[in-house]
Amino acid sequence: MTRVTEKSLKTDRMILNFGPQHPSTHGTLRIIMELDGETVTKATPEIGYLHSGFEKLGEDLDFNQYITITDRMNYLSPLCNNVAYALAAEKLMELEVSKRTEYIRVLMCELSRIADHLLSVGMLAVDLGALTAFLYGFRVREDIYDLFEIATGTRLTTSYTLVGGLMRDIPEGFDKAVLKVLDEVNEVANDIETLLNKNRIWHDRTKNIGIISKEDAISYGISGPMARAAGLDWDIRVNEPYSSYEEFDFDVVIALNGDVFDRYLVRMEEIRQSIRICRQSLEKMPSGDVIVDPGLGYSLPPKDEVYNSIEGLIYHFEVTMPNRGMVPPVGEAYMPTESPNGELGFYIVSDGKRTPYRVRTRPPSLINYSIFSKLIEGHMLSDAPAILGSINIIAGELDR
Amino acid sequence: MNYDDIKSNVLTTKLESAINWGRKNSLWPMPFGTACCGIEFMAVLASRTDISRFGAEAIRFSPRQSDLLIVAGRISIKMMPVLIRIYEQMPEPKWVISMGACASSGGVFDTYSVIQGIDQFIPVDVYVPGCPPRPEGVVESLMKIQNLIDKEKLSDYALSSSK
Amino acid sequence: MLLEQTLSQMKERFPDIVLDMTEFAGEQILHVKSQHILTVLTALKADGYNFLADLTAIDNLTLGGYERFAVAYHLLCHKTAERLTVKAYVPEEKASLPSVESLWKTADWQEREVFDLFGIIFEGHPNLIRIMNPDDYEGHPLRKDYPRLGRKERDNFPVIERGIQKKKRPE
Repeated sequence: MTRVTEKSLKTDRMILNFGPQHPSTHGTLRIIMELDGETVTKATPEIGYLHSGFEKLGEDLDFNQYITITDRMNYLSPLCNNVAYALAAEKLMELEVSKRTEYIRVLMCELSRIADHLLSVGMLAVDLGALTAFLYGFRVREDIYDLFEIATGTRLTTSYTLVGGLMRDIPEGFDKAVLKVLDEVNEVANDIETLLNKNRIWHDRTKNIGIISKEDAISYGISGPMARAAGLDWDIRVNEPYSSYEEFDFDVVIALNGDVFDRYLVRMEEIRQSIRICRQSLEKMPSGDVIVDPGLGYSLPPKDEVYNSIEGLIYHFEVTMPNRGMVPPVGEAYMPTESPNGELGFYIVSDGKRTPYRVRTRPPSLINYSIFSKLIEGHMLSDAPAILGSINIIAGELDR
Repeated sequence: MNYDDIKSNVLTTKLESAINWGRKNSLWPMPFGTACCGIEFMAVLASRTDISRFGAEAIRFSPRQSDLLIVAGRISIKMMPVLIRIYEQMPEPKWVISMGACASSGGVFDTYSVIQGIDQFIPVDVYVPGCPPRPEGVVESLMKIQNLIDKEKLSDYALSSSK
Repeated sequence: MLLEQTLSQMKERFPDIVLDMTEFAGEQILHVKSQHILTVLTALKADGYNFLADLTAIDNLTLGGYERFAVAYHLLCHKTAERLTVKAYVPEEKASLPSVESLWKTADWQEREVFDLFGIIFEGHPNLIRIMNPDDYEGHPLRKDYPRLGRKERDNFPVIERGIQKKKRPE
């Protein structure tokens, strides 16, 4: 029997396909990893498994119809996408919306932010084996879905905003329902933190994993909770406020290490700040209309005017018929907003016709995901779900 | 041991009914969730609408160990070969639910890269409309699959050599 | 203010690269020729615009403009919270321009996406392959002369029959 030496063992890197169909890839992602034992030496992500041609569709649908498509991009917080697109279109057409519209939009955005963060923390926990946090989060998310159903009509694909305002006003009794749900969210956030914050297994699996430095965050274009966990003090709601955010009083949450544990802590604390903003928005809600004057030619009038008066009918036809429609100015506008994932911006180029010439979404998921191959190098295979869960990749926004 | 004891402890039935009863009350779904319908499917699994009442809570993401494929979400041209391979890897008997408008017919996305309905390429048993369907709709589709299984006969699964 | 200062010097510093400076909806847009985009962006990054928010392209076939394609860069300065858009015009016959991946690593995937959807080549990019469409896809979908319904790629898959004969029974 010959002795086995280092030279006679032919060792090579193993190539593992973390395939597009896998329980812990959130959606359809594929990563081709080269492993040396259990350590990852190189990871190449491959995306595009959900590419649906959103931007090509944007050239055929008019401004109000495209809002239904923006729901399907970041499907964990669809109201944030609706608000972002409506703001971009209003910036292009230089429309001023009423204060009540802005306050309701802030309220809906913050409720969506709570829903998104609860699910993203839940999925991170499920990938690492802690199923309870996911179930707690989903139970209170169903209550938030009930609120969306009262206000907009559906649970998930809401299409609530219009260019120039909102589809309909919030009904009576909505504020009491919201306050009740906010108390429950606070309880659930406390429960999740009790389970996970001082948990030895959680600490071992998430501390010092996937550390992003501040310079890397700026170079890779990272924004949102991932960048704030790395120490970058940038929140568009505070630095470039839109839709009356400057009238609300809340804190920007920053952590210093930039690892997976910090990203989890930033998201949990942002849930609490969102609860603060929702409460302030309900207390200070002004009264008024929720749609811009239809006589300007940009917005759909409310339905009871359309059915009961001739001016409402005429304005409705002026905006929706194929050979008429809105006449936006020729130009372009880029509107950045703070979505739960980062900087979500819509870049609309218009040539004066009723459909936009080019609609581009600046996808925070895609840009945040590009740092993954650098983060996983040197870590072990089982750290890959932890890092993926902390980036919060949403495949609809990644591939559009 | 008298007749009353036997009558209260022994049940007679047909073999087909017993097999169908076993199959329909322990369906093991394989969720192929790609997009927004995947989130509504997660809501079906969670505590308010609960699929485990029907015996279907064992979600195994491995096709070799499941018998119900739930395609939830839009399928793009890059993902279709993956779906075909997963369908072929599942052992018989298998059923397919096409959840949502995008899987059934392409949905809102009539573009160059979305398959306009998976039933062009894969046999589908139940379609669930909605964008996304309510969780109660998915539960009803599961009940329809259970009805379909109830009506099956053993001669359906006869081998082709017996012809 | 950084923005006014930078823009007022742009024409003197790069006289034959800057084509125009326009303003729309409160934002400033700088139009440049595309061969020397790397010098312009290096200078802007040194001035203070340290964050590349977005990189995309527009096909000007029916809109009109200096050339067929325009590649738009959205820059942000974190210190003064000011944004600037730079548009580089690329002709159709020689659709290529230098890559800015050496300045910002985020340009890596976004330039791959522009290459996949528009067909514009970025010189100096480390790995310019398709990102959204399959590798054997032909054509560049987001160009204005490509049909929205595609060219039959979505119908080309094998049809799988049921393995077991199941008879249709009435409900």
